[in-house]
Amino acid sequence: MTYRIVHYINQFYAGIGGEEMADHKPELREGYVGPGMQIEKLFNGEGKVVGTVICGDGYYGEHTDQARIECLELIKGLQPDILFAGPAFNAGRYGFACGDIAATVGEELNIPTVSAMYPENPGVELYSKKTYIAITTDSARGMAKAIPSMVSIGEKLLKREKMGPARLEGYIHRGIRKSFFHEKSGAERAVEMLLAKLKGEGFRTEYEMPVFNKIPPAAPVSDLSKATIALVSSGGIVPKGNPDHIRVSSAESFGAYDISELKNMTPENYESIHGGYDREWANVDPDVVLPLDVMRELEAEGVIGKIHPIFYTTTGTGTAVANAERFGKEIGEELKKAGVDAAILTST
Amino acid sequence: MRLELHKIHITGLAFADKTYTSGGTLFINKDKAEAVIAEDKRFAKVELDLACPGESTRIIPVKDVIEPRVKIGRNSYFPGFFAPMEKAGSGETLVLDGAAVVTCGPIVAFQEGFIDMSGPGAPYTPFSQTFNVVLYVEPAENLEKHLYEAALREAGLKLAVYLAKCSAENEWKADEVQVFEKGNSFEETQKYPDLPKIVYVCMNITQGLLHDTYLYANDLKPALPTLLHPNEVLDGAMVSGNCVSACDKNTTWHHLHNPIVQALYARHGKEINFMGMIPTQESTVMDGKLRAAAMNLSIAQQLGADGAIISEEGYGNPDTDLCLNARFFENAGIKAVLVSDESAGTDGASQSLADATPELDAFISTGNVNEMIEVPAMDKVIGCKEAISLLSGGAEESLRSDGSMFVELQSVIASTAEIGFNKLGCEWI
Repeated sequence: MTYRIVHYINQFYAGIGGEEMADHKPELREGYVGPGMQIEKLFNGEGKVVGTVICGDGYYGEHTDQARIECLELIKGLQPDILFAGPAFNAGRYGFACGDIAATVGEELNIPTVSAMYPENPGVELYSKKTYIAITTDSARGMAKAIPSMVSIGEKLLKREKMGPARLEGYIHRGIRKSFFHEKSGAERAVEMLLAKLKGEGFRTEYEMPVFNKIPPAAPVSDLSKATIALVSSGGIVPKGNPDHIRVSSAESFGAYDISELKNMTPENYESIHGGYDREWANVDPDVVLPLDVMRELEAEGVIGKIHPIFYTTTGTGTAVANAERFGKEIGEELKKAGVDAAILTST
Repeated sequence: MRLELHKIHITGLAFADKTYTSGGTLFINKDKAEAVIAEDKRFAKVELDLACPGESTRIIPVKDVIEPRVKIGRNSYFPGFFAPMEKAGSGETLVLDGAAVVTCGPIVAFQEGFIDMSGPGAPYTPFSQTFNVVLYVEPAENLEKHLYEAALREAGLKLAVYLAKCSAENEWKADEVQVFEKGNSFEETQKYPDLPKIVYVCMNITQGLLHDTYLYANDLKPALPTLLHPNEVLDGAMVSGNCVSACDKNTTWHHLHNPIVQALYARHGKEINFMGMIPTQESTVMDGKLRAAAMNLSIAQQLGADGAIISEEGYGNPDTDLCLNARFFENAGIKAVLVSDESAGTDGASQSLADATPELDAFISTGNVNEMIEVPAMDKVIGCKEAISLLSGGAEESLRSDGSMFVELQSVIASTAEIGFNKLGCEWI
């Protein structure tokens, strides 16, 4: 079959003009215009540029909502199998337009989209998770390499071939980690990396250190005897039978349960479903993970004001940091809304 | 110290009327081998089964994997377990290379994994390529879980030693003899004064509550970091007692084959001077983590180390130990490369570690434990297929009615082994 290719470019690459023509409104031309010729050529008969959509960078940037709809309609009418946008190199407004139309077409028409930019183009940060962006140099001098790179990524997407790592395929990564089989074992790679490091040669770490959000702690509780204290745990304590099906590891949800009538956690009413530690003792007495019994004593003695009637729980093992952050935010908001003064977080 | 591994290459398994090797096949007298394990009254049921590469077989849940071995002429192995308490690492060892004892049974709620002998799940585990003697056991009624763990750990070792011992007692011939020989640190440094001195820090899960590792049959949890000659590691000094997420626990088989020890050994005297392995702890408390990291560094410094490879075991909490080791070593001027897996979420979009430090600038990834894989039903299941719902990386909905499973990589045993055995690793996409 011949793939139907649509190419998006700005007024400059269409030969309409430079900055003075940047407010050029969206226009459709049949076949390829400018760099699209090379795209079609590289498809070697397997694809045809059925149309080129041209829009001025100024128009797209200043009337984005309007430009997006107009371009989308023009592209949609061509029934494309794939959209190429750019390359935009380091042109900021062009990069924004390429990224925006590629992301929109990908989402609305559910077809592969490929753009190409210099890594520092502002369009990268905005759209690299929503479309494939081939890496280019900062100026059009890199055109000869940029087009083959875009086409190679586009062909893989069209043919549903396995997409390799970003650094090998030449695109800007979308912030996703994926496992691949290397040629050498981890042990061999480790020794080679150490030898390079010792010699002061360059080496490529396989994971750059993440930066954690630092959360400033809340102010101390001024009077514990009047405070409402909530219990929150990542220790996997749930009502017997795990009614909300919280996963035993890599949790993607948390539960909230009413303990207002409960004095004590017992094996009859609660259990641990945590997949990351030996549950033997927690299932004999769930209070060892969620200390409700001791908290009730402190409540009776007046050491604390009262225990919040709802407790929150999940399993903290293999749990993605992104999910853990979300749980923390959502639980925190609910506690704040309920007027809770402090929370005891128990882990395992 | 000189260690000779006399390897018989095993390329087939069969039950027979006696236990011996011939023509690459390990023949096993099933009744007798079962009786060796069943004499332990802690078991209610003992059954042996066989699983070979390429078969449509799933083994689930798996606790440990052990290579059958015995010291030649001594009929014993694993000091403190099935050998007298003695130093490992020298002399001659008979190895049934390619064979493995796999322990299996209703042990869920510890944490175990599965092995597929064929299909898309097979490439993730080295045990789809080994000829597996599967030891399925059920515990005696009311056997307390911690005693059950000990019983099962010992049973696997016992069967592995038994199979090798029977092979040694019959006619055999090694297909290959592998020699590991290295003098003491002072001799080697005199021989290779210009080569960089390298230590390997092997972090072990030592958290108690069924998360333990044994060195010379001693629980490493209350122990301190120490120094081993690489031969000791490759000759049965270390044993896994771990019931932790399957993907990244170092099985006993992995300790025997420690790929980082072997990779460093292979370059010893050529590119590096390999000073030895520091087995160390992953404590659950901060002082324990700081103590271990400080003592690891102290040992390395006393050896004059220039560089270190440090491998983690497990994920999450021990990420802090990993970061401390990186920081302490780098700040002391010892170049460090760290090996770990990643927990990047099922979509791969989350940050991968539970802790981070800027000194950790040389990271080897062994894969994303949360990555989802689909594995088809197998014709034969050894063990209990429903166990997946309780394994780390599994869930209630993992097992479909047609027997196929949609699970996280972490439920496949040794799939992201941080000891660096596999070729898997994460990349950005």
